[in-house]
Amino acid sequence: MTVADTFPLVRTVGFDGALVTFANTMTEDANRAALAFRAEIEQLRWDGVTETSATLGSAYIRFDPQHLTHAGIRLRLQRLLEQQNWYSTPLPEGRRLWRVPTVYGTDLAPQLKEAAAAAGLDPEDAIQRLSTTRVRVLTIGFAPGQPYLGPLGPEFDIPRLQDLTPMVPEGALVLAISQFVLFSGPTPTGWRHVGQTAFRCFRPEMEQSFVLRPGDEMIFEPVSPDQLDQIRANNTDGTGGATCEEITA
Amino acid sequence: MSLTIHRIGPACTIQDQGRPGFLDQGLSRSGAADILALYEGAALLGQSPDCAALEMAGLGGEFEATLPTRIALTGAPMQVTLDGSQVPWNASHQLEAGQRLVIGAALQGNYGYLHVGGGIQSEVLLGSRSTHLTAKVGRAVQVGDVLVVGADSGHTGLKLAPAERFSGGLLHVVASFQTTLFDDTTLHRFAQTKFWRGTRANRMGMQLESDGDGFAAKGQLNILSEVITPGDIQMTGTGNPFILLPECQTTGGYPRIATVLPCDMPRAAQTPAGAAIRFEFVTMDQAMALQSAFDAELARLPGKVEPLLRDPHNIPDLLSYQLIGGVISAND
Repeated sequence: MTVADTFPLVRTVGFDGALVTFANTMTEDANRAALAFRAEIEQLRWDGVTETSATLGSAYIRFDPQHLTHAGIRLRLQRLLEQQNWYSTPLPEGRRLWRVPTVYGTDLAPQLKEAAAAAGLDPEDAIQRLSTTRVRVLTIGFAPGQPYLGPLGPEFDIPRLQDLTPMVPEGALVLAISQFVLFSGPTPTGWRHVGQTAFRCFRPEMEQSFVLRPGDEMIFEPVSPDQLDQIRANNTDGTGGATCEEITA
Repeated sequence: MSLTIHRIGPACTIQDQGRPGFLDQGLSRSGAADILALYEGAALLGQSPDCAALEMAGLGGEFEATLPTRIALTGAPMQVTLDGSQVPWNASHQLEAGQRLVIGAALQGNYGYLHVGGGIQSEVLLGSRSTHLTAKVGRAVQVGDVLVVGADSGHTGLKLAPAERFSGGLLHVVASFQTTLFDDTTLHRFAQTKFWRGTRANRMGMQLESDGDGFAAKGQLNILSEVITPGDIQMTGTGNPFILLPECQTTGGYPRIATVLPCDMPRAAQTPAGAAIRFEFVTMDQAMALQSAFDAELARLPGKVEPLLRDPHNIPDLLSYQLIGGVISAND
């Protein structure tokens, strides 16, 4: 890292965007800062800002350059950064805990054994750890409604695969770099497919199309393939048998 | 009013200007791959560029109107006949009830557009009619579908000279936040390289090929997933560039070397397989000037519409026309 890379860092994104980056690795503090900073920009409703989002460690602001110059928005962002210590902001309000029935391993999630081996665990031990870890939605991205979840224990800091798995199905729980992703649609991936759910993260036909929010927490509780079959037979609402409760603390 | 689909190409979708505002939910904007074509269609029909049109990737279809309907054809020029007679592209036409409009393969470029007076009134999902195939928001148009058409009145028989953009060429780019991950030698070589569009392309992105080495970034495999915008030029693991299009993913770990200006995205999306592309880095001030000129041109389009003069060669029953009847005096 050079001196120029001190964080938080404000940079331009293409023709019409700015990016405020709080760290270049995934950390809890940077993730909270990104969520809170993005929420503040939404609150401020600056004229000319068209869209914002938060990624794992950054807040992105898209704007109309005919109304706001790059230099002008950079100045505003820097002033806002100086107003408080964003790294110590609390998590968003209204967070929820989701318990999602999940089949670990079997032919439904064929890379569980290999992921366990990469973590230096036997499969049972890996399932025990993965299914009892309460992970948080760090960001929603790549595909609609799709959460990046973490952190998992350091033993699961395993790299992505060199070769892509051609296609894993919707509802697949995949693992790499101490994170889960719960896929919102069928997709090729370099992450290891360790669990399978019937949870639909994106339900375009429903009033509430996007189910999860950053800050929500999830537990992927083990069920048998037969139990998942039963859940699938009665899954018109797309919840895949998941339950949801408010986090009050 | 409605248009019935009797035949249809494999990748025809309803598109408007897209669905901004859901980036934070992982849903990219979608919208027409060639936004200029939407404005051209709107100018030809004298209506809002927010109207939805049918985007036809490479191949059109066969359409029948239930009632008299105004249409306009823009974007990639395609073979087209109305009840068996050729009609010009980049023009508006009257489609009478029962008449068959047959649109074939693209002659140049990729994306042709069929506009209807009043716009296509498909279901609005999350504020837009744009189909997003990868997100399964809407779906490709199928045989037997009926496109509902909005209320309409107005003229037809108008034409518009299209901006040339159907055979590749120069794309202006600006540096983005990951450009500095590539060293100066690589950036220089990138700007000097002649690329051609590869065969892998859809509304998510288009692959580019070139002779010589790929374009790798420093520490490419350890980059944290970060925001993606349409127009980004993403380097895959092998260092081959992809230009990302309206249905791109919203975040990703592959580094982006630069971003194509919005005003050059119609040219990028319309570049056919095998056609050559070059990139030129411009400063943000130059980019602003180019984009402002493009926006001004969009605003001028309605004033550039002209009457379509029928070419006598294309009138099959010319001899049956009474060509001098009604003329009373040459001096009238």
